[in-house]
Amino acid sequence: MSLISTDKVTYEYIIRDKNGSVEGINRAVDEVDMTVEQGEFIAILGSNGSGKSTLAKHFNALLLPLEGTVYIDGYDTADSDHLWDIRQTTGMVFQNPDNQIIGTLVEEDVAFGPENMGVKSKEIKERVKNSLESVGMEKYRYKSPSKLSGGQKQRIAIAGVLAMKPKCIVLDESTAMLDPAGRKEVLNAVMELNRKDKITVILITHFMEEVINADKVYVIDKGKICMSGPPRLIFSNAEILKEIGLSVPYATLLSNELRKRGIPLRDGIVSNEELAGNICQLLQTI
Amino acid sequence: MLRDITLGQFYPIDSILHRLDPRVKIICTFIYMISVFLVRDVWGYLAATLFLAIMIIISKVPFKYMIRGLKGILMIMILTAVINVFTTPGKVLLSIGVIDITLEGIKVAVRMVLRLIFLVMGSSIMMLTTTPSRLTYGLERIFKPLERFNLPVHEIAMMISIALGFIPILVDELDKIIKAQSVRGVDFNNRKLSVRIKNMIPVLVPLFVSAFRRAGDLAVAMEARCYHGGGKRTGINPLRYDRRDHIAYLVIFIYLSMIIVIGIIF
Repeated sequence: MSLISTDKVTYEYIIRDKNGSVEGINRAVDEVDMTVEQGEFIAILGSNGSGKSTLAKHFNALLLPLEGTVYIDGYDTADSDHLWDIRQTTGMVFQNPDNQIIGTLVEEDVAFGPENMGVKSKEIKERVKNSLESVGMEKYRYKSPSKLSGGQKQRIAIAGVLAMKPKCIVLDESTAMLDPAGRKEVLNAVMELNRKDKITVILITHFMEEVINADKVYVIDKGKICMSGPPRLIFSNAEILKEIGLSVPYATLLSNELRKRGIPLRDGIVSNEELAGNICQLLQTI
Repeated sequence: MLRDITLGQFYPIDSILHRLDPRVKIICTFIYMISVFLVRDVWGYLAATLFLAIMIIISKVPFKYMIRGLKGILMIMILTAVINVFTTPGKVLLSIGVIDITLEGIKVAVRMVLRLIFLVMGSSIMMLTTTPSRLTYGLERIFKPLERFNLPVHEIAMMISIALGFIPILVDELDKIIKAQSVRGVDFNNRKLSVRIKNMIPVLVPLFVSAFRRAGDLAVAMEARCYHGGGKRTGINPLRYDRRDHIAYLVIFIYLSMIIVIGIIF
């Protein structure tokens, strides 16, 4: 059984004018079929307004599909009896680090999830300690979150999800508001969790550089999956990515062009350093 | 710019008072405040002062933090003193024009000012030794029985603690909006009050819009982390009365009886 499977999931937003009458319908998610297995690292790539965040909110029953079904660990998300099981299985980390901190101390914030689940105090303490350790934030346990950097706040949010012992973490553009250093911090933390603890990760982003380590990438545009496969395959189709409004790194474009001219560069180059390294390697072999 | 508002007046140090259950501190402070109104003679005031002094010493908080709270009510203290000195009838000590200073007036003034000092310092000890979140949690537990009368005690406590957490974020936001609007030509240094008030509108509207957006985001984040009201929630640091808490109740009880006894004897 797959951890997550969606079957023709469709979701629409109704656009209303000032008087409240229907002006139009925006189909944010359009017949999406996807399956995610336990332990996978999945990336969902899409530009602004592609519907990727709307899709993400279905994985945790924050939104219910208008048509189709979403199964999380065997439970149908429309089944309200298992709502809390579903939310515990797939934890979510959101975009704005400030708007998801509930506690006035780091410890209190991480404990929020398990407290809601009714876990015993002694075990909550244990979980808080372990989750903070897995994201490397144990030093900040008794600090106030308002003093932390964006990347650190997001790691606290990840720890807060981890404390609920989820099978899967969904990062809904969690790196979008961070600086490059903070982004790296958060990505390293989730990759570590995926590798060490075999936690399934679904990374939703519009930064192509972030999906390079994923097992599988889904590219979503206008609510539909327009491409899926391993990152290298996705990167070699830079033209399509550009067309749907994703900013493709120059290194990728350049290496694709060079490859077309017969220079045997490897696939999936995203950074300037990588490109330079690869060219140097080639020069040495000549 | 601003010191950490989320911690309120909390002074981080380890003392017996810091370790006491917040419920004990709230209830004891309340009892102490009542006792202040029960004293009427020198001995009573001496007992109240002595008790306060002992508490200050065992709280390990520097004295200057203790009197910081008094600065805020300095004007009230002076006003109370002056009004009492001049308006209480009795044996005239000194006459300045139409105003008479009486012995009784001075006595009443000293008494009133002392009471004010006791009240403020008593609550200062509580605030300095307890974090706002522990205080909120303590209040939640004290008022828990009222949930039987459909009073949303947990929800109110949750709102207070979230609001506390959001203060620094909104202060930052306010700062940014003021800068952004200054760049767009809003004059915040105008001396005219009417202009100043009018200029608050382009600050307050974006601040409110953003606060509502944040509230929406936070509600979704809370739901995603399985929040569904107070019901079966547990706590990471649940409040449990310890031996020292019972001792504290005993101490405040002995103190209160002393005050009452002194009041009867003298």
